[in-house]
Amino acid sequence: MPRMILACTVNDEPVEALIQPYQTLLDVLRDTIGLTGTKEGCGTGDCGACTVHLDGQPVCSCLVLAMQARGRAVRTIEGLAEGDALHPLQDAFVRFGAAQCGFCIPGVLMSAAALLAENPSPTEEEIRYGIAGNLCRCTGYTKMVDAISEVAGAAGGKA
Amino acid sequence: MMRLSPFTYLAPRTLAEAADLLAEHGRQTPTMVVAGGTDLFPNMKRRQQEPKVVIGLRGVPELRGISTDRDGWTLIGATTTLAQAARDPHLGQQYPALAHAAHAVSTPHLRTTGTLGGNLCLDTRCNYYDQSYHWRKSVDFCMKRPESNPAAICWVAPGSPRCWAVSSSDCAPVAVALRARFRLVSAAGERIVEAGDFFRDDGIEYLARRPDEILAQILLPPTDRSWRTVYLKLRRRGSFDFPILGVAASVKRGNSTVEDARLVLGAVGSAPVDATELAQSLIGAEPTTEAVDAVAAQAYRGARPLDNTDLNYAWRKKMARVYVRRALADAARLDLHHDSGQVGAALL
Repeated sequence: MPRMILACTVNDEPVEALIQPYQTLLDVLRDTIGLTGTKEGCGTGDCGACTVHLDGQPVCSCLVLAMQARGRAVRTIEGLAEGDALHPLQDAFVRFGAAQCGFCIPGVLMSAAALLAENPSPTEEEIRYGIAGNLCRCTGYTKMVDAISEVAGAAGGKA
Repeated sequence: MMRLSPFTYLAPRTLAEAADLLAEHGRQTPTMVVAGGTDLFPNMKRRQQEPKVVIGLRGVPELRGISTDRDGWTLIGATTTLAQAARDPHLGQQYPALAHAAHAVSTPHLRTTGTLGGNLCLDTRCNYYDQSYHWRKSVDFCMKRPESNPAAICWVAPGSPRCWAVSSSDCAPVAVALRARFRLVSAAGERIVEAGDFFRDDGIEYLARRPDEILAQILLPPTDRSWRTVYLKLRRRGSFDFPILGVAASVKRGNSTVEDARLVLGAVGSAPVDATELAQSLIGAEPTTEAVDAVAAQAYRGARPLDNTDLNYAWRKKMARVYVRRALADAARLDLHHDSGQVGAALL
């Protein structure tokens, strides 16, 4: 197969990579670009561990061809913080002890960030629905929802 | 971890170019078009489908967006994402059942990627088919994907000559109930098919779409406030899962009587089951609980789910009665006040 050139931005940095057309965005992020914060769980879109933002929308990067990101803006968990300052969601997850084994957390954070960007003051129900595509096999959802609720409340909404 | 098999990826910029590429490559080699890929790529990873050429439709602007024409029809580009369809104000006002069905598909992540056209063309599903290559090999391949076994059978109904994989689209039964039409485009030309003729009751050949055709547009006929269409979905979890029963009910009311009624069941066969004939018993009279119950009882007798999707199939059959009753009553603006049961997920 002839390789193809992928040009896009990842965490606001322009990226060019020579890739196979059948590589997923997840594979290119992890194996070619070296951003291993994004995790691979099921590989079939069920678990959400691979959630990244594509033009601001949450997607399962295991089901997006890297070539489908051509010319678009990708944001991964590595690009959620601003420099050394954690994103408020990351900060809240730390304080609430939301992570158990931690494998699902990058995906949950990206889903939560996308939710709050679209709806800054979601209800608890909307938060649960917003992270419905993220499975935590430690089943530690309660503290995640509490943490997201706090950030949503701080943003001026009802927690 | 499962990886995609190697393929050549083509990204046309126009619909005509996409149709030409499909005709040209499809003649010699297994070729598929992909819109969102949220159904195709997992299937490819499980080796249920192994195209050597994949034509991506994302870069074709004429396949996106929602508009209306002079005759009042609503035209939806097939690669409009489910998330866009779910929150579109025009669809929400004129065709809320379709917006609701789009919202009921899968999770937020997959709705930002998956498309309305993709959901309508969704591969049929079965517990014996939606498995990895090694799982299917270990029990021996079924007839939907026989690999090299010419004597492959249906594992759900081993004596049956046909495949019973299940139509699992949420939008398909609603499209049939709304009497939508689909515009199919190929290098040879284009044609319009009725939604009811687009789906075929066969788990393998489940669409009337030819291999060289691309579903380009969904056309919804004009509607008015005398019609009310409702879609109810049964699934294991309140978000996320494929339907194990979907009921689309449409009722047109005059001042007090029912003027027309339609009923379509999803996820109970290889195609949406149009049970409109049953619902038409409501026509000409004021809708009553008894009349709706009678339709639901007939739908129950006719529903024959097989043991090839989630949850117990005898219970799914029972739920056909419950969901038909609730959907029809809602569509007929009939208050089932003594039935306070929750329908589907609270948020849906």
